[in-house]
Amino acid sequence: MTATALFGDAEQEVLAEILTAHRGMEGALLPILHAVQHAFGHVPADALPIIAKDQDITRAEAHGVMTFYHDFRDHPAGRRVLKICRAEACQAMGADALADHARAALGVDWHETTPDGAITLEPVFCLGLCACGPAAMVDGKLVGRADVAKLDKIIAGEAA
Amino acid sequence: MKIYVPLDSAAVALGADDIAAAITAQGADVTVVRNGSRGMVWLEPLVEVEVDGVRHGFGPMDVSDVPELFGDLTAHPKALGPVEDLPWMAGQTRLTFARCGIIDPLSLDDYRAHSGLAGLERALGMDGAAIVAEVTDSGLRGRGGAGFPTGIKWNTVALAQADQKYIVCNADEGDSATFADRMIMEGDPFTLIEGMIIAGIATGATKGYVYLRSEYPVAIRVMNDAVRIAREAGVLGASVMGKGPAFDMEIRVGAGAYVCGEETSLLNSLEGKRGVVRAKPPLPALEGFLGKPTVVNNVISLATVPVIFERGAAFYRDFGLGRSRGTIPLQIAGNVKHGGLYEIAFGLPLGEIVDTIAGGTASGRPVKAVQVGGPLGAYFPRALFDTPFGYEEFAGKEGLIGHAGLTVFDDAQDMLKMARFAMEFCAIESCGKCTPCRIGAVRGVETMDRIAAGDAAAIPLLTDLCDTMKEGSLCALGGFTPYPVMSALTHFPDDFATAKEAAE
Repeated sequence: MTATALFGDAEQEVLAEILTAHRGMEGALLPILHAVQHAFGHVPADALPIIAKDQDITRAEAHGVMTFYHDFRDHPAGRRVLKICRAEACQAMGADALADHARAALGVDWHETTPDGAITLEPVFCLGLCACGPAAMVDGKLVGRADVAKLDKIIAGEAA
Repeated sequence: MKIYVPLDSAAVALGADDIAAAITAQGADVTVVRNGSRGMVWLEPLVEVEVDGVRHGFGPMDVSDVPELFGDLTAHPKALGPVEDLPWMAGQTRLTFARCGIIDPLSLDDYRAHSGLAGLERALGMDGAAIVAEVTDSGLRGRGGAGFPTGIKWNTVALAQADQKYIVCNADEGDSATFADRMIMEGDPFTLIEGMIIAGIATGATKGYVYLRSEYPVAIRVMNDAVRIAREAGVLGASVMGKGPAFDMEIRVGAGAYVCGEETSLLNSLEGKRGVVRAKPPLPALEGFLGKPTVVNNVISLATVPVIFERGAAFYRDFGLGRSRGTIPLQIAGNVKHGGLYEIAFGLPLGEIVDTIAGGTASGRPVKAVQVGGPLGAYFPRALFDTPFGYEEFAGKEGLIGHAGLTVFDDAQDMLKMARFAMEFCAIESCGKCTPCRIGAVRGVETMDRIAAGDAAAIPLLTDLCDTMKEGSLCALGGFTPYPVMSALTHFPDDFATAKEAAE
């Protein structure tokens, strides 16, 4: 594998370390993909053939696994990721209206990033906060009883 | 002074971390314990102060309420009194959740002091067959939703001949309105570990995996810490507790696919494959993880095993109703006044749970429907509120208890919209292996849109489609999506008729 502009020697070295750390693990592919995404912010296309070779699977298989799961991205997200729960318990507490507000305020639809690269909006189906909905998550930080005021603070870049 | 501030996700989502920091910042001689949740989510963050051995509750706490914790506690604006005396706590039978919210989740000493490892100690004195018999006698059934007798599943794995067997814990709790798995993993993780070890000894499995969804960052952290602590203490390892067989375990993180809560799809995912459903047979009990005999049990099933061994099968079996034995952690969610986790013996009528325990809706409007069992569960109208909470009782009313989550909706909810959402969700989350689910769900959304536009002829088509999905799907995702759809159509025909009238 030759280095490319986006996936150079430094990146290949990081990937090699990840693969070494997972050697001998039963069913290592998901932990590897999580580690790669943690390191690079997404799963770079150039990483997949290297992972496939290491795991002794075809490139098609590696691609199939990576694209099956909602968590894995093929391109970087915005600087922050806002996830809003769309599941039933949150809907019962007005999650749909809250999501509409977020989409309008950010000017993006689900899975999209604002043009300035600040925020990516993602749906999530259940954060297990079903008795204090609507629920949201900003960069891994959980938000319960979310409302327009809390959301506006998040969008403005303040702590919820 | 000892103050408890929950580390539970729900408490954290409502500001518990800030409150813990504010308490520490007071600089007083205070020990802050980050406990699990008591399950009274409407009171979270619920802070407890220990006074003369009695824990007094304060909630829902705000950072501005912190300074007064250091003054006259009886005059505190958020004072609730002794937590154990609150009606929500006093009314429960906490067996699986006996320690949750009480102990420091990561203190093995605390765990032992509250009867932890007593079940395992007893199991270590029994042979595999006797352990399996004890679980069978307890009447424990799969708490993930399918309700399959746990003892029978363990027996199949125990009798299978193989060089390696596995215990896999299904912690992919993706159903909306369910958070019991999350709460126990965050609040009493050693219970799950102990249950998995007992399952390992019973079946001859030496390796365990917890497949934990990525949407639960707190549970992932707590479980990883708990496994490390248990390993360091020799509870896990080459010889369980220094006298038993080998058993060790790992936490594996899912990647956001709902279908991976289905056991065969979960196994594929754990193997590093796409989370596609496998046809059964072969049963996972015979050919599971990496083709080896595997017990796949839900978190609550495994976390209930220790108390069964501590108190005895008969003690557990004596709670319940009909073929639903023992207790069930009800998860009350959605538009409710008092939401949270309430563990009680099977058999309580649905109406009592919704109207009395939950106290009706948060909005104050009348309850219109309750979805029981998550996204694949039926919507129950008030007319069915006399249904007792049990596996067969709900099946008899064209519903299911699933993982015992209840989502309450008020009268403003449009049930046609909820039926459409069920199909949309199935279309998004279908693994794609079988046609009734993959294509059926997409056609279901289209058919629902025709109904919403006033096309009454689409209603029989929807019914027919639901029959096909129910009978022809490989797993519960396609097979059970008709439950919310058909129950909405059957019990709330006005919501479907209004669309028709509007079009005319």
